[in-house]
Amino acid sequence: MTETPIDRREFLGRCTRAGFSVAAAGALGFGFYDSSGPDGLSGAGASVKIPDFSIPDMKGKLCIARGTVQGMDRAATVRAAFEALGGMKAFVKPGERVLLKVNAAFASPPTLGATSHPDLVAAVVRLCLDAGASRVTITDNPINDPASCFALTGIDTAARRVGAEVVVPREALFERFTVAGGRLIRDWPVLYAPLARSDRIIGLAPVKDHHRSGASMTLKNWYGLLGGRRNIFHQDIHTIIQELAMMIRPTVVVLDGTQSMLTNGPTGGSLSDLKPTGTLIVSTDPVAADAVGAELLGRTAADLPYIAKAERVGAGTADYRSLNPKEIQVS
Amino acid sequence: MSIVTARRISQIFFFLLFLWFCIVATLGEQWWQLRGWPVNWLIQLDPLVGLGTLLATGTLYAGLLWGLLTVIVTILLGRFFCGWLCPFGALHQAVGWLANRGRKASMMIAANRYRRGQGVKYALLVFLLAAAAGDLIGRLLRVSIDSPAKAAGIVAVMLVLIAGAARAAKRSVKRWTAGIVMAAIGVAALSLLTDGSRLLAASLQTGLLDPIPLFYRTVNLTLLPLVDGRLISISAASRLYPGVFAMGALFWAAVFLNLAVPRFYCRFVCPLGALFGLLGKNALWRVGQKADGCTACGACDRYCEGGCEPATVLRSPECVLCMNCLAACRHDVMGFHQHASAAGEISVPDISRREFVATLAAGAAAVPLARLAGMTGEAWNPAVIRPPGSLAEGEFLQRCIKCGQCMRICPTNVIHPAGLQAGIEGIWTPVLNFRMGTSGCQQGCIACGNLCPTAAIRPIALDERLGKGTFQSRGPIRTGTAFVDRGRCLPWAMDRPCIVCQENCPVSPKAIFTREEYRPIRLGGDIRLQGITGNRLLIEGPVLPSDQLATGDYFVAIDGRRNIPPARIADIGSSGITLADNPFSGAAEKGDRVTLLVRLQQPYVDPSRCIGCGVCEHECPVKGRRAIRVTAENETRERRHRLLL
Repeated sequence: MTETPIDRREFLGRCTRAGFSVAAAGALGFGFYDSSGPDGLSGAGASVKIPDFSIPDMKGKLCIARGTVQGMDRAATVRAAFEALGGMKAFVKPGERVLLKVNAAFASPPTLGATSHPDLVAAVVRLCLDAGASRVTITDNPINDPASCFALTGIDTAARRVGAEVVVPREALFERFTVAGGRLIRDWPVLYAPLARSDRIIGLAPVKDHHRSGASMTLKNWYGLLGGRRNIFHQDIHTIIQELAMMIRPTVVVLDGTQSMLTNGPTGGSLSDLKPTGTLIVSTDPVAADAVGAELLGRTAADLPYIAKAERVGAGTADYRSLNPKEIQVS
Repeated sequence: MSIVTARRISQIFFFLLFLWFCIVATLGEQWWQLRGWPVNWLIQLDPLVGLGTLLATGTLYAGLLWGLLTVIVTILLGRFFCGWLCPFGALHQAVGWLANRGRKASMMIAANRYRRGQGVKYALLVFLLAAAAGDLIGRLLRVSIDSPAKAAGIVAVMLVLIAGAARAAKRSVKRWTAGIVMAAIGVAALSLLTDGSRLLAASLQTGLLDPIPLFYRTVNLTLLPLVDGRLISISAASRLYPGVFAMGALFWAAVFLNLAVPRFYCRFVCPLGALFGLLGKNALWRVGQKADGCTACGACDRYCEGGCEPATVLRSPECVLCMNCLAACRHDVMGFHQHASAAGEISVPDISRREFVATLAAGAAAVPLARLAGMTGEAWNPAVIRPPGSLAEGEFLQRCIKCGQCMRICPTNVIHPAGLQAGIEGIWTPVLNFRMGTSGCQQGCIACGNLCPTAAIRPIALDERLGKGTFQSRGPIRTGTAFVDRGRCLPWAMDRPCIVCQENCPVSPKAIFTREEYRPIRLGGDIRLQGITGNRLLIEGPVLPSDQLATGDYFVAIDGRRNIPPARIADIGSSGITLADNPFSGAAEKGDRVTLLVRLQQPYVDPSRCIGCGVCEHECPVKGRRAIRVTAENETRERRHRLLL
């Protein structure tokens, strides 16, 4: 019986490959070794930053424009109101990119007044473009299906007609954000991409009754920048509005009280929920704008706890008369 | 001592060790209970557990490093684990031996011949590993070069790829270029398609078929509960695990298939064996024939455990190193050498490139398909309550190997294997079932997380669970929230005093509190006051059930005397009601209508205190469908399930 000769070449080759395999396995094993395991705190990443969009020289500007109560022309009124504050040029410099945060919360027609009116949206877009804005973007994260909301409110058609871009929210546009000094908006998804791409932000909101917060106007309008299961914040509605006021320092806001939704808010759904109030407010101070709007609803600023809370964090002044508002009549 | 005897001793030792580890995974301080026994050691030695979690999570958790030892020995020697160590393999070998006793040699040789189907296990392995690798592929596609080490790593990988490609290029330039182009197109298409899409997802499913978790799970959940009795007394209360029938059926099918083909599971199914077959390709020592002396008698094939055909061309990936051929050979031809078998050897596993690519793609595609059900996101099932310390669902499914250790160790038997309630991926993963067991999830217990071999349930400290000490700011770990079903609750719906839930709430201050209400009880007619003597009200009306009304929960009010609070009934006599204290003297008149009231304490849950331990649900006297039930609402492991601010 003879011993089988070992093929040296073959054996050495095998030794080399086995050696490399052992080394690779060892490198993998020790390279990825994790003695402590996961900490269970997934997702708490770094927060993005949202810039202050306000203009320092324009603090506390407020114009209350009143028109004919029946059939007020929103476009003419908003133009006149901006004119009274120095024109849109005072807010938007040539080449700047402007974001219009409209209220497109519900998939309902403009006549029902639950959303920003397309005539007003178009007029503000035109003002911005005339002032030299390089681009006007319109966005909102509505409650109803986003595409349906923009289509049925007429905002999409109006925006395209005057050359603005509508950004319909989708998952990739949200980033996690934490409000400095906030309690509720912590590591929370915010519709960030359109904010990051803009130099100025203009808030555009109708005057509406809101069962939980008392009223939905320019401050509550920022709720539409939140993503995720934001409805848990209704447990503390006034604090979330306060934190929204901390999150967004707008360039200017437009509060549309051409008609006000007095009942069944914030969805409305019937013409009988609306009352013509013939007023339009343009302000660099959203707290003051809401204080004026409260009166259109037959309430006072003191009836709405979030107004005082927003004032306390320096978002504006509840006593709008102290701002010496420009009151104009547009016929 | 012959090598076969040594192998048998090793198998018996590890089999008994395995059984011992299963038994001692019992919470307690007795010598036969969990008090430092390394009960996970066999799981940790199983490199498929380590490799699977490494692919799925990018980390190798603590004890799983033991798998490296198995890998290294397998690279050098081949599938020693299958033949010498694996308790599941030992079981199959024993059953196969029993089934084949007395069979003719020709029959046994036929049973042990190599079959094409033995390639299926490689396909299963590739499928299961591909299913675990989705996240890794995503990370590789989107790797950003932000450190010199990363850059060096990428350059090294590129060099290896180019070297390999160059070798291939020597053979065929055309195929080489075609391959490079195809690979480039593939990577580009993948990175474009998968960006922001749902095309990549990872789920660890190796545990379904991995023999060590499978055997642990089966023994833990279907065998020990059966034998646990007066003779072998393991648990204080006998254990039940709803839905383990399929688990047991899989096990017994694997066992009985040994009657058809010995070591059926090891040869055709076992993904761990397949992994070892791949790893042992370059083994330095291997079973095989010497050059001369073989008479082709076939004795070696007769007892071959792996079905690797040592008599002819030996398929070395199938060899489980049982060494039976060495003992069976009467001509001393079979041996364990450094050279390949003289009669020829096939050292590559029997899976074609086409099969490999197909199963790889199928595995990678299966998980995204399962995820379309949305159960790790919007469509999460609130009935899936995971043990305290469990990771968020997506990460949980990337770690859990369904070994059942948490269910075995749970002192109250509330951890159960899921059926389909956690989705197809979550089958046999742990969920809490508060209707079962001896009590809810004990607040002072952290056993499951500290036993979990893969940290799907994290090894939390008691302070973390309770939200004390350094964890004060985070608060306690919540597994869910209890909800009162007011239509089933005795005080809410049926005028019966109860509040067992409130009494048993272990949180301090209690998460369950009560509000008091007096409700009139149903009687056969009006009761009228006849007169008052001392603490006794003389009445006229229907016969009153004295044993019920004198219990202390029942009170008297007199209509029209609203300012007088209800007075407690102390006794019911033949002529009237005795009160504990009579506030009606001089304040009521003959003929006044008397109302009997029951005092009810109605339970409410404070969600900011409730930790979802389920003790209330377990204790609720409405035994069928409980009147207070926990769902995963507000569980701490998923931020998105938060209920409160």
